[in-house]
Amino acid sequence: MTPLARFLNRSCVRHAAIISLMLACAPQSRAEVAYVSNEKDNTLSVIDIDTLEVIKTIEVGLRPRGITFNRDRTVLYICASDSDAVQIMDVAKQRIVADLPSGEDPEQFALHPDDRRLYISNEDDAVVTVVDTQTRKVIAQVDVGVEPEGMAVSPDGKWAVNTSETTNMLHWIDTQTNKLVDNTLVGQRPRHVEFARDGSVLWASSEIGGTVAIVSVPDRQIKHTINFKIPGVHRDRVQPVGIKLSRDGRHAFVALGPANHVAVVDAKTFEVLDYLLVGRRVWHLEFASDEALLLTTNGVSGDVTVIDTKKLKPIKTIKVGRYPWGLAVAP
Amino acid sequence: MDPEYPCTISPACAGIFFGLALLMVAAATRADVDLSVLYLKEDIARPPVLSNLSPPAADSGLAGAILGISDSNTTGRFLKQRYALDTHVDASPEALIRVAREHVDKGNGVIVADLSKATLLRLLQTPELMGKTIVINSGAPDDELRRTECTSGLLHTLPSRAMLSDALAQFLIARRWKKWLLVHGDRPADLAWVSAIQRSEKRYGGRIVATKQWTFDTDLRRTAQQEMPLFTQGRDYDVTLIADDIGDVGEYVPYNTWLPRPVAGTQGLTPTGWHPVVEQWGAQQLQNRFTESAGRGMDDRDYAAWLAIRAVAEAVTRSNSSDARTLYTYMLSDAFEVAAFKGRSLTFRRWNGQLRQPIPLVQPRALVSQSPQPGFLHPRTELDTLGYDAPESTCEFKDAL
Repeated sequence: MTPLARFLNRSCVRHAAIISLMLACAPQSRAEVAYVSNEKDNTLSVIDIDTLEVIKTIEVGLRPRGITFNRDRTVLYICASDSDAVQIMDVAKQRIVADLPSGEDPEQFALHPDDRRLYISNEDDAVVTVVDTQTRKVIAQVDVGVEPEGMAVSPDGKWAVNTSETTNMLHWIDTQTNKLVDNTLVGQRPRHVEFARDGSVLWASSEIGGTVAIVSVPDRQIKHTINFKIPGVHRDRVQPVGIKLSRDGRHAFVALGPANHVAVVDAKTFEVLDYLLVGRRVWHLEFASDEALLLTTNGVSGDVTVIDTKKLKPIKTIKVGRYPWGLAVAP
Repeated sequence: MDPEYPCTISPACAGIFFGLALLMVAAATRADVDLSVLYLKEDIARPPVLSNLSPPAADSGLAGAILGISDSNTTGRFLKQRYALDTHVDASPEALIRVAREHVDKGNGVIVADLSKATLLRLLQTPELMGKTIVINSGAPDDELRRTECTSGLLHTLPSRAMLSDALAQFLIARRWKKWLLVHGDRPADLAWVSAIQRSEKRYGGRIVATKQWTFDTDLRRTAQQEMPLFTQGRDYDVTLIADDIGDVGEYVPYNTWLPRPVAGTQGLTPTGWHPVVEQWGAQQLQNRFTESAGRGMDDRDYAAWLAIRAVAEAVTRSNSSDARTLYTYMLSDAFEVAAFKGRSLTFRRWNGQLRQPIPLVQPRALVSQSPQPGFLHPRTELDTLGYDAPESTCEFKDAL
């Protein structure tokens, strides 16, 4: 093949690839992106999932932590903790359009499946605030334990569960009445809760206890406790925080904080299968690319690690802002 | 019947009881627990010091106890556990001991003691209290209380001087600042610091190249630049260590040493149980709560008192009891752990009742480091590289009251 022919051939292949890519993307307005909240920079980093590069940085309120989309992903809610507000970002315009009343120091939240009620942890106030995102009004405030942190709503919308870090409990809020109806005592400093997709169990991480509790939802009792042991890492440094469960029900991924690893857990047997080395002080996790990738926020190293979930291998590190905290992905 | 529910048999009452019964079943048949904690603070007269910029707050310690009760009640309300605090501040040891006896006579069994070593020992030797109460020391750093004079029933949430000194020494060795100039005053607490530093020197391979006791009676606020370089002249050293417990002369050492060297110890770079600059591991939340409640920053005595109450409350939560013996046994068992914003769970040493804890090393406006330093290993836990280890203790300490 002549050099020219080779060039044409290659460029054709490339063009064909680009055209097919454009076709594939045509119905959508943009490619898949991940938003990362940078707690100490007051910004969001926007990562292009195809190229795995930061394509944009958006200024938001003070100390952004938890972030989550509405159902059709037209709006991103942002806990701007030190602005004492939950901000609403218009995803198309890529800017903040309104603030929701949120109570003091909102840290994490969960959106009810009705796409309307937002359950917000107010860390400094020992309350959970329930906000109607349409009327932008506070519907209820529920007293919980000291330093409310993790927040999750069950897939059937019946339960909102909050963790309180110093009280060491899971607080079960009935979403019909927005009243606290039960508490489950767990290990020291519970940080994050995640419901299984069928709603039968709740996974709860205890940062200082170093464990993850599997809580049966019908009776709200702990049915199993997962311990972690990484060779060469002292157990005191194993501090579970973020949890993600794969849709196929096979794997759970648990971020282990200053142990700088993500644990891969068999979601059926609760056996720890592997530990994947990521950046420093890994906190939260989110799937991308139809769960082919898992992204982690690494607070101390200020980056995001990308894990290939089939090979269970970290494949790339992406530098973001200072103290990346939360993650949200829009396909 | 519980006096809080003064209802006779009526349909409404039956409803309440039915509801309560349901709640109790849901909470795994937990009974109500009420615990009254006594916080004692000895009002110790402090001699005048040259720098009057930051005297300890009048309610140092007390404000921590108040927050500890408040935090514990927020937790307790979900479990029907209620905590009350009695406080007594007095300069007279006799009065403090009398109040402690009254507390125990009423059937209570937890005392948080922010006392001098002498008063604490008198309290512990009071026959009416022995075997009936847990005493948690939040005010006396003296090593003897952890090594030779420890008593069953006595726990410590305040770090010992040896723990603080070891924490500093580990940092100095990690930085390879091995040659130390030790300067100190002549008060008993200063000399206790000197002993602690000498012990750390041996333990971690530092070298005290010279030890100097000051005898200044000039006003160092005006003369430090003339006096200090001469006083610190001598063989080469990497760092000047100060043992000045009340902070009289030590404040005037930094930047005035003969050699341009850092200053550490009771002034300069300081090891402490707690300081307002600590913010990692969620500590900012505790700092914020404390500032809101007390109107000032949280110091090491506040933290020790807060932690004493949190530790007891954690034992109440997990054991569902307010009985001193049950709580004490639980607190010294393997099952006990308490989270206290230091990045790991904290436990008590079974040979002397000292709470293991990381030690922040601070300068007035920032955290410099936290010990134990990486690489200082221990077969049990790295936290036991700080302070007196089991073989060094001659206590006949028991983990039952």
